[in-house]
Amino acid sequence: MAGISLVGIGKTFAQRSKGRDTVIKVLDDLTFDVADGEIVALCGPSGCGKTTALRIAMGLEAPTKGHITVDQRRVKGCGHDRGIIFQHAELLPWLTAKANVMFGLEMKGIRGSAASDVAMSYLDLVGLSASAERRPHQLSGGMRQRVGIARALAIDPGVLLMDEPFGALDAQSREGLQTELLAIHAKTRKTIVIVTHDLDEAVILADRILVLGEGRLQEVIDVRLPRQNRDSGTLRAAPEFTDARFRLWQALHRNTSPIMVSGNSTDGIV
Amino acid sequence: MALSNMTSDVEAIEETSSSVGKRVPNWVITTASVSIAVALWEIFGRDVNPIFGSYPSAIFVAFVKLLKSGQFLPAARDSAETLCLGYILSVIVGIPLGLLIGRFRVLEAAFGIYVVAGYAMPLVALVPLLVLWLGLGLSVKVAVIFLMAVFPVCINTWVGVRAVPRSLVDVGRSFVASDAVILRRIIFPAALPYIVAGVRLAIGKAVVAMIIAEFFTAISGLGGIIINSANNFDTATMFVPVVFLMAFACGLDALIGLIERRCMPWQAEIGGREGA
Repeated sequence: MAGISLVGIGKTFAQRSKGRDTVIKVLDDLTFDVADGEIVALCGPSGCGKTTALRIAMGLEAPTKGHITVDQRRVKGCGHDRGIIFQHAELLPWLTAKANVMFGLEMKGIRGSAASDVAMSYLDLVGLSASAERRPHQLSGGMRQRVGIARALAIDPGVLLMDEPFGALDAQSREGLQTELLAIHAKTRKTIVIVTHDLDEAVILADRILVLGEGRLQEVIDVRLPRQNRDSGTLRAAPEFTDARFRLWQALHRNTSPIMVSGNSTDGIV
Repeated sequence: MALSNMTSDVEAIEETSSSVGKRVPNWVITTASVSIAVALWEIFGRDVNPIFGSYPSAIFVAFVKLLKSGQFLPAARDSAETLCLGYILSVIVGIPLGLLIGRFRVLEAAFGIYVVAGYAMPLVALVPLLVLWLGLGLSVKVAVIFLMAVFPVCINTWVGVRAVPRSLVDVGRSFVASDAVILRRIIFPAALPYIVAGVRLAIGKAVVAMIIAEFFTAISGLGGIIINSANNFDTATMFVPVVFLMAFACGLDALIGLIERRCMPWQAEIGGREGA
């Protein structure tokens, strides 16, 4: 198990448009720590760099400045200590659900029947053991995302990074998966960083919500839901839910500066 | 509620019409099309001076005569050998070359231009040179076929690699896969539809190249039959290898299509015509 820290992360992209080179500063100086076993949500206006921050944390993108530590150790590039769940699952369409989960395991050096067994146990965890032999296009959006979660969990990373994982799903699948994610978290105690623009999702899932803006950490909102009860309805009815949601709403409105939003949407495409 | 009922009814109707419906199978349409074309050729081809043209039944008679004289099968075997050698070589070289050029920027900048230029190379003009280098035997013929077929394979593979979504490559990278593993297990399967398209295009190119080679090097094989019968103004006999090769290429294409559907069932799930 491990915590993850972003230390002084900055990221600029060079973009060439109409023959002119422009430098876009997505992240300026972003620093935050996520404790072992904690769930942290990254929120902020579109283009605030939350997806870029997550990709840098994974190692898919190199920061212009600053560094990442996992479990107090500096890391560079991708590693099996972190697992990422993409917005659109990104399963390999030519592989079955099980083979997709096994792909990650094989990259970690686990092969053959050992990989097969582990893959099946994680498909079981996300409730998909009956669909193990189906290919992604034979699965619904929610099921694909479950396979994506199983694939990331199977390599047993300390930190789970999630990039708007339920954003493309319908409301019911989304709620179902949020509840399942909390159940999985209760079982595995993974450290989770989740990027979301959904206020309810951030409050339901996260222990702390980090509001980004202008490439920096603007505000931190502590969520203190009565977690011993994991029923989604009870959580939503709790006064702490309404309170945290309202504080997040206020924070997002304070930090939506029109200058940052205009021009480019760095989220998603980079 | 009423609205949702309506939409589900519409969906249900569409589903029955496409899954149960009395759709004419593809092979029936193709057979009908070919039969009509052959029939028209037969009817109108008879009015043409036999030196300037021919028609199916005359070609068939010439085919039987060629078979009986023992000329056809050795010639076909001869041609098929050269064709297969050159074609397989072009696939074996073209696919890895395209993968590398498509994947690595430096290789693309360094070698891409040769591939583009090579595709437009006027090969016929270079055949005499190739003969000087390689003689008149098998090797020059294989070289001509290879040079004609390798570029469409390579270019299609290259384009296919460039079309692979970066998000799929990110999956490999996030699991710390090596470049070689990403190339083999992600790029290659993701580019496979393009690669197969290139391999199919190359069949036609290879057949044309084979005939060119048989015309301009040692006259042999099916190309030899074509040129000899053309010189004797025996147009019907000349058409025998022409029609045979076209049919052969169609057969090879159908075979690759079959392999494609067997080995890439996911492709039919992702793309294709609606209801197909």
